Amino acid sequence: MLNTLNGLLIAAVLAGTPLLLGALGEILTEKSGNLNLGVEGMMFMGAITGLAGSYYYEQGVISSGGTPNGVVSALIALAVSFIAGAFGALIYSFLTITLRANQNVTGLTLTIFGTGFGNFFGEYIGQNAGGYVAVSTVTKNAFSRLNIPVLSDIPVLGPLLFQYNWLVYFAIVLAVIMAWFFNRSRVGLNLRAVGEDPATADAAGINITAYKYAATVIGGGICGIGGMYMSMVTTSGVWVHDCVSGYGWLAVALVIFATWRPAKGILVAIVFGGLTVMRMYVNIPGLPAQIYDMLPYVATIVVLVVTSMRESREHAQPKSCGLNYFREER
Amino acid sequence: MSTKNGQQKEPWIRMVKRDAISQKKAWAIRAAAFILSLVTGGIVILLLGHNPFSVYTSMVVGAFGSSTVIHETVKIAVPLLITAIGISFAFKMKFWNIGGEGQILVGAVAAGAFGLFTAHIFPKLPLVILMMLASIVAGGLYGLLPAVCKAKWGTNETLFTLMLNYIALAFIKYLMNGPWKAEGSSFPKIAMLVPGARLTKVLGVHWGWILALVLVVVSYIYFNKTKQGYEIAVVGESNNTARYAGINVGRVFKRTMFISGALCGLVGMLQFAGADYTITEGTAGGVGFTAITVAWLAKMNPFGMLVVSVFIAMLERGSNTIQTNFKIPASASDLLIGIILFFMLGCEFFISYRLIRRGKEEQNA
Repeated sequence: MLNTLNGLLIAAVLAGTPLLLGALGEILTEKSGNLNLGVEGMMFMGAITGLAGSYYYEQGVISSGGTPNGVVSALIALAVSFIAGAFGALIYSFLTITLRANQNVTGLTLTIFGTGFGNFFGEYIGQNAGGYVAVSTVTKNAFSRLNIPVLSDIPVLGPLLFQYNWLVYFAIVLAVIMAWFFNRSRVGLNLRAVGEDPATADAAGINITAYKYAATVIGGGICGIGGMYMSMVTTSGVWVHDCVSGYGWLAVALVIFATWRPAKGILVAIVFGGLTVMRMYVNIPGLPAQIYDMLPYVATIVVLVVTSMRESREHAQPKSCGLNYFREER
Repeated sequence: MSTKNGQQKEPWIRMVKRDAISQKKAWAIRAAAFILSLVTGGIVILLLGHNPFSVYTSMVVGAFGSSTVIHETVKIAVPLLITAIGISFAFKMKFWNIGGEGQILVGAVAAGAFGLFTAHIFPKLPLVILMMLASIVAGGLYGLLPAVCKAKWGTNETLFTLMLNYIALAFIKYLMNGPWKAEGSSFPKIAMLVPGARLTKVLGVHWGWILALVLVVVSYIYFNKTKQGYEIAVVGESNNTARYAGINVGRVFKRTMFISGALCGLVGMLQFAGADYTITEGTAGGVGFTAITVAWLAKMNPFGMLVVSVFIAMLERGSNTIQTNFKIPASASDLLIGIILFFMLGCEFFISYRLIRRGKEEQNA
């Protein structure tokens, strides 16, 4: 029993990390008043480019006679996936902030574009690689669980806390930094002002355009890293068609459940990560596997409805979210 | 000093809202954006080492080159068009229904419940009518659910409708593996609809295309000439204005979303009884999402959607051809659709605003 619970918790953290990264990116984006529904698309872009980055790095090193380095490969995947997600967000930002296009539709388009981008290049690189793309063991090891001396060997607590891959710790540290950033730093407070009431923030001398661009682009980059987690950890370095498959949308929902607070995001991400993998750990007699698979989505709907029933003013969506800011229409 | 500062502060480029723009000029801008998007797509093709012109030509030929492929293209366009019309009902009132995919699937399942299990009881005509009604009701109710919650508590409909897609998909997988699994099949799949119950073909394609054309006209009249259509437009502009005008916003949400879901459900039935003759995870096949772009590109005008859906169907059909001819993955069509839509979204700005470069003052200000 305890073993199962432990196993479930560990699996929940592993499955929740891409959700957390996607949600963190979207929280940062929404704090600036931009509702970017393109998380799924940006995750796809990060997923394929991160994988491709590592793959081509390995191929390049091997063809020049060297041996690829796992850490370098992982860092390349991190950087490339961030850039790809940020690039998707930049398209979104340019269209919504500068060209004032509708945020909802632009976000949906980004999802369609990103999904096509990911699957297209996934198949294309796969074709050229002779069937499918996969990174070598070196990179795979760089994304497998860490073995920290002493700490990882503690019974029970070791596997539970100190044996994840580095991206898990990266995501948690990022969430803590963001929590501090929104509540304690001047820039973070300015950003929140932009999201709540851009006209007032503008009058106070805050550069609305710069803040919106920066938050959305960096947020998109974080979503891209979340996508890279899907292709590097979840599918262990092999490109699987449609691999992000709804995780981006779950991440958008998590933003609401986390009530726009990064630290709370850690908790809800683990809960929802748990819901996605629970089938493998907790057997409910008589429940078919496919019906069990509905769990995270049904739970999302239930929580959505419940949170909408008791609207809290304290921890709500930034007020200007979804609306473009036109200075001349103040 | 101060004047110099003042000069520096004047931006290099500034924008002014246009008072009015001639239709001709607006369409010229849109055409330019469209061509630019094809050029961008062409650059991607070029970077992959192919000749953009021959790839584009091959796409068009692959979609319209012979009567067989024309039938295939129409077969893709029909579900796209009806779903787009369905989705535009919701989008017109700024209700973001991205659950078209799920509504199509439940419509297919409802039609399947009759088509697969009562085909030996009913003659063809009543059976087809039953399948239609079942799919309309199922899709409509599936669309109604998020509308009820939105009307009552303001629940986020984007995520709600989206989650319903995954639930419908899981349900189909359940049917494939369990209760509806075809007899004698080792593979999880649902049985085929008996040939006697399949939709009649008119000019080579099932009659769904006639229905689609009728729906174009009917929905155009509904949007522009009826009170309910007007209410949708007012709610879309502003919920508060609608309330002030005495419109029951919640009721409009519910009624319109039922119609929206019902049309998508109908697509499920057409796909099941007219195109695939069975139900799989791919029955909706992304139509629910692509239809959003169709509706938006056509600016929610049903006649525009007719044109755009044929165009998108051409891209999708053509992308299969370029996969065989050039080994370019078929997902290229999604990529291209995304690029085109980005440009079309962006070009609207240049229709509402114009740019003035620094130093070039307006002559007739």
